[in-house]
Amino acid sequence: MSGARLIPTIGMEVHLHLATRTKMFCACAVEYDAPPNSRVCPVCLGMPGVLPVMNKRAVELAIRMALALGGTIPDFAQWDRKHYYYPDLPKNYQISEYDQPLGVGGYLDVPLDGKTFRVGIIRVHLEEDAGKLMHAEDGGASSVVDLNRTGTPLLEVVSEPDIHSAAQARAYGEALRLLAVYLGVGDCNMELGQMRCEPNISLKIGEGPDGTPRYTPISEIKNLNSFRAVERAVAFEIARHREEYEDDPDGYTLEHLGKSTRGWLDDREQTFLQRSKEEAHDYRYLPEPDLVPVVPDRKWVDEVRAALPELPETRRRRFVEQYGLPEYDAGVLTADREVADFYEKVAEATSDAKTASNWMMQDVMRVMNERKVGIADLGMSPANLASLIALVAEGTINRSIGSDVFAKMLETGKSAAQIVAEEDLAQTSDESELEAVVDEVIAENPGPAQDFAEGKDKAVGRLIGMAKKKTGGKANPNVVREILVRKLRG
Amino acid sequence: MDVTDLTACRMRDALRARDLSAADAAEACIEAIDRLNPKVKAFLSTDAQRARRRAAEIDKRLDAGEDVGLLAGVPVAVKDNMCTDDGQPTTCASRILQNWRAPYNAHVVERLLAEGAVIVGKTNLDEFAMGSSTENSGFEATRNPWDLDRVPGGSSGGSAAAVAARMTPIALGSDTGGSIRQPAALCGVVGMKPTYGRVSRYGLVAFASSLDQIGPFGRTVEDAALLLQATAGHDERDSTSVSETDEPVPDYLATLDEPVAPLRIGLPREFFGEGLDPEVERAVRDALAVYEGLGAELVDVDLPHSTDYAIATYYIVATSEASSNLARYDGVHYGHRSSDHTDMIDMYMRTREEGFGDEVKRRIMLGTYALSAGYYDAYYKKALQVRRLIRRDFDEAFETVDCIMGPTSPTAAFRMGEKTADPLTMYLSDVYTASANLAAIAGISVPCGFTEAHLPVGLQILTGVFTEERLLRIARMYERETDWASHAPPVCEGAS
Repeated sequence: MSGARLIPTIGMEVHLHLATRTKMFCACAVEYDAPPNSRVCPVCLGMPGVLPVMNKRAVELAIRMALALGGTIPDFAQWDRKHYYYPDLPKNYQISEYDQPLGVGGYLDVPLDGKTFRVGIIRVHLEEDAGKLMHAEDGGASSVVDLNRTGTPLLEVVSEPDIHSAAQARAYGEALRLLAVYLGVGDCNMELGQMRCEPNISLKIGEGPDGTPRYTPISEIKNLNSFRAVERAVAFEIARHREEYEDDPDGYTLEHLGKSTRGWLDDREQTFLQRSKEEAHDYRYLPEPDLVPVVPDRKWVDEVRAALPELPETRRRRFVEQYGLPEYDAGVLTADREVADFYEKVAEATSDAKTASNWMMQDVMRVMNERKVGIADLGMSPANLASLIALVAEGTINRSIGSDVFAKMLETGKSAAQIVAEEDLAQTSDESELEAVVDEVIAENPGPAQDFAEGKDKAVGRLIGMAKKKTGGKANPNVVREILVRKLRG
Repeated sequence: MDVTDLTACRMRDALRARDLSAADAAEACIEAIDRLNPKVKAFLSTDAQRARRRAAEIDKRLDAGEDVGLLAGVPVAVKDNMCTDDGQPTTCASRILQNWRAPYNAHVVERLLAEGAVIVGKTNLDEFAMGSSTENSGFEATRNPWDLDRVPGGSSGGSAAAVAARMTPIALGSDTGGSIRQPAALCGVVGMKPTYGRVSRYGLVAFASSLDQIGPFGRTVEDAALLLQATAGHDERDSTSVSETDEPVPDYLATLDEPVAPLRIGLPREFFGEGLDPEVERAVRDALAVYEGLGAELVDVDLPHSTDYAIATYYIVATSEASSNLARYDGVHYGHRSSDHTDMIDMYMRTREEGFGDEVKRRIMLGTYALSAGYYDAYYKKALQVRRLIRRDFDEAFETVDCIMGPTSPTAAFRMGEKTADPLTMYLSDVYTASANLAAIAGISVPCGFTEAHLPVGLQILTGVFTEERLLRIARMYERETDWASHAPPVCEGAS
């Protein structure tokens, strides 16, 4: 039995925290570093007699995400109670949208290896998060619970089973995260648990006698909180399904075994069974009687739609076409909406879009990463960067001095021209002055000089470097090269 | 004259005129509670010291000429399923919340305090408001002040008995399927269930969220109107409370004495059928004759779904919601936790086994069953469909009549223990009242006489949504022609 015709068929449920100031159904602040149980009130503690009140901002963000995914917003959404007993869920039910979600349909085009693939979206709905249960480290009998997270607005995006590999699963998660961050829908910091992925994996076996497709059982992997884990867990499951199926092609099928829930052990890189089909919860869904259905005002929905920015994937493609950037550059620059905005201003103010891109990636984003700040907090305007790039392009300073000037601009807040003038950094292109320097360099470095003379181009770098050193970095490398060629190869 | 003989409105007049001090009003109630509560067992907890301090504060403000609100200095009792953060427990008469103290006030409690009321205590109920006799209290059964061997009705039996025995002039109750109107009828007082959404449920411990509604008890229609006035209105913490723009709160007291004329009264055949006690029927027919004498027209109406199916529908909707609402009582975060358990699931099970009484467990099981996969469509979904039909029955009836009248309860107060062995018989106590909750409309029970055994009988009047103003006027028309409110139960004799 060959495994070649087993096609991985994967749908993904992604939960992400919405970037709201307060919780889904009460006025408690959403904060991640507050002391345990300090951001709670009778409502999110589920005390007797309390009632939920919907956070309208959360609805707006959910609608924004649904629209950005190309979905439609039905005339009403219904809140439901999903029941299960767990100590991190004080009411022992979660308020969610079961059969009338806020957003329906749509798709996401996901870039991978220079191509894109399309993943259909089934639904987008809102719900509330649970708290965090922590078990005693000594393995003792008691556990403690922190309910700060209880009631945090969660958006769940459910995809069609349009994903066919571990790499695609990861790319889909990354693209969805990028979109949510881009739209300001969520911060999606995975280390803080602001985004969790739950892939549903099955292998398409082929067709049954009546032509309907047959599958291996579906396994849902719960709560993956890194894209690395998504990729590895999916790969593990695909391999496991393949093995199980090849061992028992008649028994290991969806119709026999249904759906099971599995966990992921990050350190051992394997999944484990949590609940089989027989142990599946009966959630006893009940329309939430304490909340009225959400009836989004059509005019409001239109306003949210009109305010949508250009989406990252569209923008990425435009950067490639409009600026002639490599796919890689376009991907990096469009991964952060503010960086992309900044880049476009720099690119428009300079003549060379690719050079501008290099400056963004090598200097601007490097400092952002070092300082862990956003581009707005860097203290540099696109116009300032553009004028620095212009100084290099004109030959007033060389590229490496340019990087030093960039650092000084950030440090002092002065303009590039001012720093170049004050510190006398303009490069020397005066041939007579540089000829003397080059003579000294040749005399002091007979080896490399000989190499270059014999046609070894590589040696020129060393010689130019020495010339720059002698001039405090100001020697125009192009002029030095010309002199070297004339003197040693002439 | 005894202060406790005063209605809330007359007490309020005397307090405003400074003929009576809030301190004396509170003291009279505290004295009545001390004397009568050991027999009637209407209160689960009282805090006399706190009531005295509060009354003294109100007196000071009244003396200073301040406007202290609609209920300035008037003692009020609150059913013990409404949260108070005054240090008194909020128990719902359940062992699972025996020592639970709410960290916040219910909206209605905030309203009472804002209007100057003096809360004297928390009244008994069937556990989590599940019952029709107050015998299901986890602590003790309340007695009917007219006959201490009989039940006061329920679930707001404590509030009804407190007002009937004149321990407080007015009290708040909650009505999910008749829990205000039925005990009002059995105790000979006025009890009103406002339209769903008229009074905020924030801080009312939920039994069945889509049916629960807080409402007033008083000895007169005027007192019920006063307490409704003080508590009605929008609350942004209750998404199901109606907005002031859609349904502003009218001045109920201002129009109370204006008769509704012409008045067409609908009589559903279904309310006068099998199971109705002849003595109750006679008292109700006599009341209808009084309305006829006032020029009202009696019209037969059909409510085809509302008697045959109301109880079945009610017990599916209410138990389903209850099974969900009561899931939170698991011993993890607050309330009773079993001290004896092996693991988490065992802790849940033992906590709930020890904490809940039989009737609560029965309803949780019924509701859990009705919501289970594979049964949802047959039970809960079907019940919601029938609920819509019941509501339509009433909508259609109110196109031709101003109100619907009938008995509040098929019988007068029954004996303690008489129905506890047979839950289904007990459930039929709500046969005339539950449909109003399913239809979300307004209803009131007013005293309309006595049986030969001198047990009170209640007349139920129902009107459409947000028509409390008219409902109170219709009730008041009858009350002016009778003097049932002046009858005091035997337990009060020798009070002064």
